[in-house]
Amino acid sequence: MTPLGALFYLLAAVLLGAAVLAATRRNPVHAVCCAVAVFLSAGGLMAVLGAPLPGVLMAVVYAGAIMVLFLFIIMLLGLTAGDGPLPTGRLVVPATLAAATLVALFALIGADPTGARLLPAAMAAPAAVGRVLFDTYWLAVEAVSILLFAALAAALLLGRGRSGGRAQPTGGPAA
Amino acid sequence: MDMLLGVVVMLVKMAVVLGVALGLAAYMILLERKLLGRFQVRYGPNRVGYFGLLQPLADGLKMLLKEDIIPDGVDRRIFLVAPAVVAGTALAAFAVVPFGDGLTLFGHRVPQVVVDSNVGLLLVLALSSLAVYGLALGAWTSDNKYSLLGGIRGAAQMISYELALGLSLVPVVMHARSLSLSDIVAAQAGLPFALLEPVAFVIFIIGSLAETKRVPFDLPEAENELQAGFHTEYSGMRFALFFVGEYVNMVLLGAVTAIFFLGGWHGPFLPPIVWLALKVLAVPVFLIWTRASLPRLRYDQLMALGWKVLIPLALLNILVTGALLAAGV
Amino acid sequence: MADKKQGVVGAFLDGAAGLAGSYAATMTHLFRKPVTEQYPEYKRPLPARTRGRIVLTRSPDGKERCVACYLCSGACPVNCISMQSEVGPDGRRQAAWFRINFARCIYCGLCEEACPTLALQLTPEFAFCKDDIADFVYEKEQLLVEHGGKHPDYDFYAHAGVAAGGPKGSHIGEDDPVDVKSILP
Ligand code: SF4
Ligand code: SF4
Repeated sequence: MTPLGALFYLLAAVLLGAAVLAATRRNPVHAVCCAVAVFLSAGGLMAVLGAPLPGVLMAVVYAGAIMVLFLFIIMLLGLTAGDGPLPTGRLVVPATLAAATLVALFALIGADPTGARLLPAAMAAPAAVGRVLFDTYWLAVEAVSILLFAALAAALLLGRGRSGGRAQPTGGPAA
Repeated sequence: MDMLLGVVVMLVKMAVVLGVALGLAAYMILLERKLLGRFQVRYGPNRVGYFGLLQPLADGLKMLLKEDIIPDGVDRRIFLVAPAVVAGTALAAFAVVPFGDGLTLFGHRVPQVVVDSNVGLLLVLALSSLAVYGLALGAWTSDNKYSLLGGIRGAAQMISYELALGLSLVPVVMHARSLSLSDIVAAQAGLPFALLEPVAFVIFIIGSLAETKRVPFDLPEAENELQAGFHTEYSGMRFALFFVGEYVNMVLLGAVTAIFFLGGWHGPFLPPIVWLALKVLAVPVFLIWTRASLPRLRYDQLMALGWKVLIPLALLNILVTGALLAAGV
Repeated sequence: MADKKQGVVGAFLDGAAGLAGSYAATMTHLFRKPVTEQYPEYKRPLPARTRGRIVLTRSPDGKERCVACYLCSGACPVNCISMQSEVGPDGRRQAAWFRINFARCIYCGLCEEACPTLALQLTPEFAFCKDDIADFVYEKEQLLVEHGGKHPDYDFYAHAGVAAGGPKGSHIGEDDPVDVKSILP
């Protein structure tokens, strides 16, 4: 096994372990920590596979921003750890869904003969990734970003509530 | 043999970078105390050694010998690890910071950087965004209202300003056409980006002030409101880790600013390493000067500045830069 | 924000000027001579009435002034003075032992005000540290000094007391004795 291969399996093991822990922790903050470990090791996996850009983006966006927001909300709401054993009943539906997806994924890979072929090692330079994203697939990227924007606007609208009134500013030059 | 040599060179480089970063951080504390003293018309520490030059050593010794108090009711594991996250991420970011064009030693080309990554800029951003965890988790686990408030403030502040920080670096990348720090410096052989992109430079400085949680953005620790904010419950060496982390961050900020905006080691007359050192030190001195000059922002002012001023301005700046570059100016 | 009609540019310039002003102010401070007094090298002369370590003084003839009247002990708000009175060989009252616990003393000076013989006085000396808190209990020998402190010329026994000598009414500031058998005023 090459050193890179060893690193790959190490990171994969960390990822799986952290993912299991993240799903089973009763303490929300511990779960967040495990999720961060998942994202970091996923980023590491991508870097090992020759794509440092998405790997780092994984760390910046998921671990560095989104999970911080989760943590922020947990701290703001003062969520405490649940007690007692894990409510396994609640986990059945998502677990079966996830398992089904995994089986389907493997089936698809198995069905497609190209899926089983080993690809030559490649290095995805940031410039190459950018060119693919914004030259070849610019339409899709823009469409997705507009979709995200629409979702954001909708969330804002829903969050405002029915009153329609503007929230009172609590400071600034006006106060 | 070559591989062994590579490993040795790598280890030496790591040791040098770590030593320089930590030493600079330790003396940054002394510099801050001295300068702040003079700004306030007093001397600052001047007892331990000449001009207080041994003060950092004395402080370090004191911190090591102090009791490491773990309060009741804290989440032990997280409490113990959180300070290391702050200091560790700050130190790790030095790995991608180049400090020269590269040397030729015994016929081998040795780049003067620990890892010359082609996503170096993003790595710096990623590590600085991971530092939030040290702060937020340390605050949450301290089981203390003030800490929690500090942590919440810190998390919100760092997420908000990271955005502006990242966006302010986009024009730099557009000019340099690379995310590698060495390439960015190479692109500034003529004109430093601070002159080419003054708006981005200002946004970057403000954003990084907020990222390092320094006055006027020191809301997470806000001594007169929150005691010491997120590190209220920490003592001894763990507190020192938070503290040193802050100063390592300052040095890192100096290095990163020098490389992104001030042209790295490029400069007339003086040798490159002197230029780099001057630029790296200029930023912390400015931060200290700021600490002496400005009062703390209110929380809503902080958020308004970040979201309503800096981010739109940074976006606009990107558009203008893009348009100018497309027009071929 | 003083002017409502001030535009964005005006507000920006205003803010920038404010920032520059505070930076300039601190910059000028940087080049001022610090006002700090370097303590152990330079000791600021303290006024004679500064309240520091307590001493027991002597009258000009070199005898102890303290007459062990317990007034200082009674006045002390923290009860840090204790003593035992006795009559000395010359017939004067004096303290057999006299103790002040400086670890407890708050240097309020009430004892000095209470002392009728001006024996007990506070001095400007304030820097006397110890490694052991028990060392702060000063005995009479440590408290006694060889001078008269702030009142070098005062002698209580010249005014009153057993050892003052001389017939009644002959002392300084003393009225003639009243003849209780006379009806004259
Ligand atoms: S100075 Fe005050 S506290 Fe000290 S011995 Fe005198 S009366 Fe007591
Ligand atoms: S020191 Fe003064 S007040 Fe105290 S016992 Fe002696 S004479 Fe009386």
